[in-house]
Amino acid sequence: MIKFNLNGTPVTSISPNDTPLLWVVRDELGLKGTKYGCGIAQCGACTLHLNGSPIRSCSIPLSAADGKSITTIEGLDSQVGQALKTAWIAEQVPQCGYCQSGQIMQAANLLENNASPSDTEITQAMNGNLCRCMAYTRIRKAIKVAAQGGE
Amino acid sequence: MPKIIDMQSPLGNTAITRRSFLAGSVSTGLFMGVGSLLSGCSEQEAVEAISTPEPIVDPSKLFSPSVWFEINTEGSVLINIAKAEMGQHVGTALARVLADELGANWADVSIKHVDTDPKWGYMVTGGSWSVFTSFTALSQAGAAGRTVLQEAGAKLLGVANDDCKIQSGMVSAGDQSISFAEIVLKGDISRSFSEEELTALPVKAPEQRTLIGKNTAALDIPEKATGDAVYGIDVELPDMVFAQPLMPPTRYGSEIKNIDDSAAKDVEGYQQTIQITDPSEQLQGWALVIADSLAAAVKAAQVIKVNWQAGPTADVNETDLFAHASTLIEDGSNAVLVVEDGDITQAREQAKQNHTAAYRTNTALHFQLEPVNALVEFKDGVCHIHSGNQWQSLVLPVLASALEMPESEIIIHQYYLGGGFGRRLWGDYMIPAAIAAKQLGKPVKLVFQRPQDSLFDCVRSPSLQQFNASMDANNTVTGLEHTAVAGWPTLNLAPGFLADGVDGNGKYDSFSISGADHWYTLANHRVKTINNDLAQRTFQPGWLRAVAPGWIAWGVECFIDELAVKSGSDPIDFRLSMLDGAGKNAGKAPESIGGANRLARVLKDVKARASWGKDLPKNEGMGVAIAHGQERTMPTWTAVIAHVAVDPATKAIVVKKIWQSIDCGTVVHPDGAMAQAEGATLWGVSLALHEGTQFKNGSVADTNLDSYTPLRMADVPELDIQFISSNETPTGLGEPPLIAVAPAIGNAVFAASGVRARDLPIKL
Repeated sequence: MIKFNLNGTPVTSISPNDTPLLWVVRDELGLKGTKYGCGIAQCGACTLHLNGSPIRSCSIPLSAADGKSITTIEGLDSQVGQALKTAWIAEQVPQCGYCQSGQIMQAANLLENNASPSDTEITQAMNGNLCRCMAYTRIRKAIKVAAQGGE
Repeated sequence: MPKIIDMQSPLGNTAITRRSFLAGSVSTGLFMGVGSLLSGCSEQEAVEAISTPEPIVDPSKLFSPSVWFEINTEGSVLINIAKAEMGQHVGTALARVLADELGANWADVSIKHVDTDPKWGYMVTGGSWSVFTSFTALSQAGAAGRTVLQEAGAKLLGVANDDCKIQSGMVSAGDQSISFAEIVLKGDISRSFSEEELTALPVKAPEQRTLIGKNTAALDIPEKATGDAVYGIDVELPDMVFAQPLMPPTRYGSEIKNIDDSAAKDVEGYQQTIQITDPSEQLQGWALVIADSLAAAVKAAQVIKVNWQAGPTADVNETDLFAHASTLIEDGSNAVLVVEDGDITQAREQAKQNHTAAYRTNTALHFQLEPVNALVEFKDGVCHIHSGNQWQSLVLPVLASALEMPESEIIIHQYYLGGGFGRRLWGDYMIPAAIAAKQLGKPVKLVFQRPQDSLFDCVRSPSLQQFNASMDANNTVTGLEHTAVAGWPTLNLAPGFLADGVDGNGKYDSFSISGADHWYTLANHRVKTINNDLAQRTFQPGWLRAVAPGWIAWGVECFIDELAVKSGSDPIDFRLSMLDGAGKNAGKAPESIGGANRLARVLKDVKARASWGKDLPKNEGMGVAIAHGQERTMPTWTAVIAHVAVDPATKAIVVKKIWQSIDCGTVVHPDGAMAQAEGATLWGVSLALHEGTQFKNGSVADTNLDSYTPLRMADVPELDIQFISSNETPTGLGEPPLIAVAPAIGNAVFAASGVRARDLPIKL
């Protein structure tokens, strides 16, 4: 059994230790906002925060979460997280929306570490997140809007 | 190949049919209805069948003017959307068409994406058809609702109907007014319309519209920004088991010799492996791993050994598909004639010179980010399928065949689609879970893992196009012959849609040649299409975003560019000289008013905006291309200019900027339209430079993002996209802005480097 903190609440998983964290979060613990896309850490749809750092949960075993804190899109209520969700709506970013949880989780980490990223820094941070609808120009714009406090 | 299923045409059957519009009262409340949705039944039966909406506030008082919307006693307007939401915000656009005409207050409007039911008519979301096919009927439904509400409102106010106006959910006369909510609560709404009356109802003039053409926030976006949106992959049922496919080495004709699951027995949660017998013959040589959890099913599937007798296409490679296409063109006997204008034989005989070229496109994957999946449960004799889908009316009869039960006992419950792009037009991915659920007697959830999703994809077929232009001594084009070869999606999925050859010989898939019937005026023009039967036997060809024009235009618009260069003309002037709107290119009301002149207009517009002809640095160039959307009967006029740089040493291509001008008539939801145009334009870049795979030993070689590499943020060029302001009939938008992008890039690469790329994706 692996114990960790999920969005501020202590949880225990009975899944085998090598189960990808993504399926523990989605199927055992029931938080569906984190998505499966490629299974090889190349699309970013499964991005969540492990002790504050973005990870690709499809490729991280449950055991890696032991005793740690996990934040998913559902629990992303930091100031940066709120600003991003607001900007995502204001800029009408999502199309199909499937990748957007991962995009927002990745962007949150960027803004936590860099309050005012340049275009190049945004690209560097976000290039690992595939948006199949290719809403990239709006993702970039929304990150800038969130960084500027919604202006 | 699987069994052939005959289908009716989706376009021949307008999305929202109507015969008579009913209004009256029954015991459950107030209603109006569209009678013909239930053709063959009496008016009273129709009334009863359509007046059973889900109660919201007071079930005895609910104004449900058609199956498409209802208004409750609080004034809330719920609009039913029978189209799939896959990123295009279609519910918002359709709801605004109806709500504008109804005179509703937009803040009171909500939408519901509905499950399959015969009352919705033919269910398909594709072809960029949704707004085009729904606009008139939704406008008339709204107008009928407005008429009845205004009459009832006038009565309640004690004023003459003619003195009333209706706006923002209120009927008003002078300083008196009454809300929709009060009218529904107190009004005596009883009225019926014949089809003639319905058609004759006045609809708003464009300048009277309050919602259409005005910006708004899409209704589906908030929950997509918080992780709350529910996709097919997110659905669960009590006691469900999880399945993983063990997929055969070929799409067709493989047989399982034996299965060794001994290693899986050590996997916690593994239950069993079952072989699938599919009476619809879509699944041939399949087995499914069944487990307590998805993770366990995936883990078990990795250690189970299956010995297959591979089907006959196990050795087919991409090169074989192209070689076969060349043979088919040389042979010519299977060619079906699509366009035959003038006398191409004479043009060829009289030509002083010829120019020929062959264009190819490689296999392309849909790679919708949510892998295909389905959850299926049998309950009280009814098969409930939970799965996002674009073309329910196509797959329902196939499911009925696979399950050997009537179509009427199968319901597909709709969810958000984590990308469609045409993959979810073909719902074959529901079949394995459905058969397993029937066999096991419990709910089965099957989420394809990414490599399996790619292997099972109905890919865009590799294609070959052969062009032959006849020219006079001055390099003026006197004739154009064009032959295209590809696997045809429609051939075995929906043969009822195949079109007849123009000379009466043979049938062809217009979804594999559309775009070749372009709007350039040519005295002598012949287009032929040939099915690549080897492709057809090797895989199920699919409809990929922009479908035929998405690859046909690659050949047409690059070859036109070659001819412009050959004749020493500016590529834009050369095109404009052939866009004269003469004869069949004059266009017709309502959908193509203006014809080729509108194409010339977007071309001139983009030319001006891109400062075409300006000096560029060395190794940079601009290229142009135009397109008319998905088909001549629903043209969306687009023109694209691409500015690229080509590194002379590495041959690396960088797209610096893309300009696009679009005329799709009336734009219902401007920001949503722009989002579609942005995404489609970048799809065009991606398919031009970043995406492509090849068949290798009967399957696609690239199944995941380690080698299949769609465009990322770092590859995004500057975009300058504009819509032409227009009040003409709204045409399609989700796909058309993709079409001209790849040829514009190819032509820009030529301008920058002198190298003519004829294969897609472009590799110098």
